[in-house]
Amino acid sequence: MLEISRLTRRFGALTAVDDISFSVAPGEVLGFLGPNGAGKSTTMKMITGFLAPTSGSVRVCGHDVETDGLAARRCIGYLPEGAPGYAEMTVRTFLEFIADVRGLAGTERRTRLDDVIARLGLGGVLPQVIETLSKGFRRRVGLAQAILHDPPVLILDEPTDGLDPNQKHEVRRLIRDVSKDKIIVISTHILEEVDAVCTRAIIVAGGRLLADDTPRGLEARSRWHGAVTLSLDGPVVLDTVRARLLGLAEVAAAETTGPKSVTAFARAGTAPLPAIGALAAREGWKLAELRPESGRLDEVFRSITTGRPMGASDA
Amino acid sequence: MRNVAIIFRRELASYFATPLALVFIVIFLVLAGAFAFYLGGFYERSQADLAPFFNFHPWLYLFLIPALAMRLWAEERKSGSIELLMTLPVTPWQAVLGKFLAAWCVAGLALALTFPIWITVNYLGEPDNGAILAAYLGSVLMAGGFLAIGSCLSAATRNQVVAFILTAVVCFAFLLAGFPLVQSLVTGWAPQALVDAVASLSFLTHFSAISKGVIDLRDLVFFASLIAAWLAATVIVLDMKKAD
Repeated sequence: MLEISRLTRRFGALTAVDDISFSVAPGEVLGFLGPNGAGKSTTMKMITGFLAPTSGSVRVCGHDVETDGLAARRCIGYLPEGAPGYAEMTVRTFLEFIADVRGLAGTERRTRLDDVIARLGLGGVLPQVIETLSKGFRRRVGLAQAILHDPPVLILDEPTDGLDPNQKHEVRRLIRDVSKDKIIVISTHILEEVDAVCTRAIIVAGGRLLADDTPRGLEARSRWHGAVTLSLDGPVVLDTVRARLLGLAEVAAAETTGPKSVTAFARAGTAPLPAIGALAAREGWKLAELRPESGRLDEVFRSITTGRPMGASDA
Repeated sequence: MRNVAIIFRRELASYFATPLALVFIVIFLVLAGAFAFYLGGFYERSQADLAPFFNFHPWLYLFLIPALAMRLWAEERKSGSIELLMTLPVTPWQAVLGKFLAAWCVAGLALALTFPIWITVNYLGEPDNGAILAAYLGSVLMAGGFLAIGSCLSAATRNQVVAFILTAVVCFAFLLAGFPLVQSLVTGWAPQALVDAVASLSFLTHFSAISKGVIDLRDLVFFASLIAAWLAATVIVLDMKKAD
């Protein structure tokens, strides 16, 4: 269990993290979302005990990070932002150093090392010095040291930042692989990541917690949730189509979204697809496509973090 | 203790993974030899002792030790690895001690490699080997004192050059405490007790006492407590500005 209560951190006049509380249970992969400078990294530094909170507390597996830091740190695997390492060490000696500090010994040490080296595909770069590694490999070495002791809590600060699409895919697969029975917190500003790996998402901006929901729940807040796009064939007056769609009880708004397409936005809590299908049949519209839309996370993210209403920034 | 040993080993290996340790040792040996033979008049004095050799150690350390110490924490800060180190299950004390001991070990190794001069003086005459051993001990302790100061000042900044300069200046002040240059800063306005306290911090006084072969417990306690105090200060500085 990871419990964060009323966590606050000030740097002089700046309040980087402002009264944030949440808890994470084993099995959850929590996406920590926010624009740059939202307080994501500061929160993670406090969870891992690197930074002391101005007020509030963090408990990791029952250990308070402030008063019982050593026990708390044993439960955590942490990938700091930018995956720092010791530049002059080889990958092998670096991982062995981490294994020693983590107290791994004998066959356990060997099997754990072999396991993470295989999982992260580091076999080919073991004798290489860390500063000569590519960004992707450096990030993988950082992940390897984080999961080396098989910790119950994993804190990963932007684990896929700067990786190419293939590497991103691999890292996400790795996170899903190890996520069983673990508490994982990932910070990111990449929204597709939330869809790809997270079971829950928290949105922060300006140091405040603004939303705490499942990725689906967040998507449902989008005006695109339940919307239907009609692509029409043949000669048709889009204004008429819009007017007819607006006549339906389930449709809150209808907009022209292409040269021959109209999108009908659902009234909250309704599913207008069947009604629209029936309407199209009644009117004799030639449909090239009738496409149900899903909620758009980027739109929800923008509206939550900027405080503007949905759709206001999409022109 | 286990963690101290692990951090010590990592740090020592990284001194030798870069040219730093090698450069330090070579320069130290060359300069220590050159000073003893040319400036110290090792032969001309026609005395079977190593005074001209040891007399230059404080001045050698003054600019070589800060170079050894400057990277201890400033580099961890610069590269961000401090965040990794401080979130591992090690206490700040273990990290500070392990790193300090590694740097001290490099300095000690450089000093140990000056043994040919000890062989030379034994070949040429019959020196007081007890006194020479005492002087070596004093030299090691003084290097430790300089390194502890460097450790603390390195923790205070992420810039190694700043760490070097600060360390050199503070070491210089400690070296010359009790001498007019430093002493004139406190005499006149400070109470006599403080003036005496500053004078008693002099590295030169304590070192020259030991290097004459007189191992006084007070000199040993001086260096040991000085090292402990500066390492404690390192822990405090790290704690205060870990994330800066």
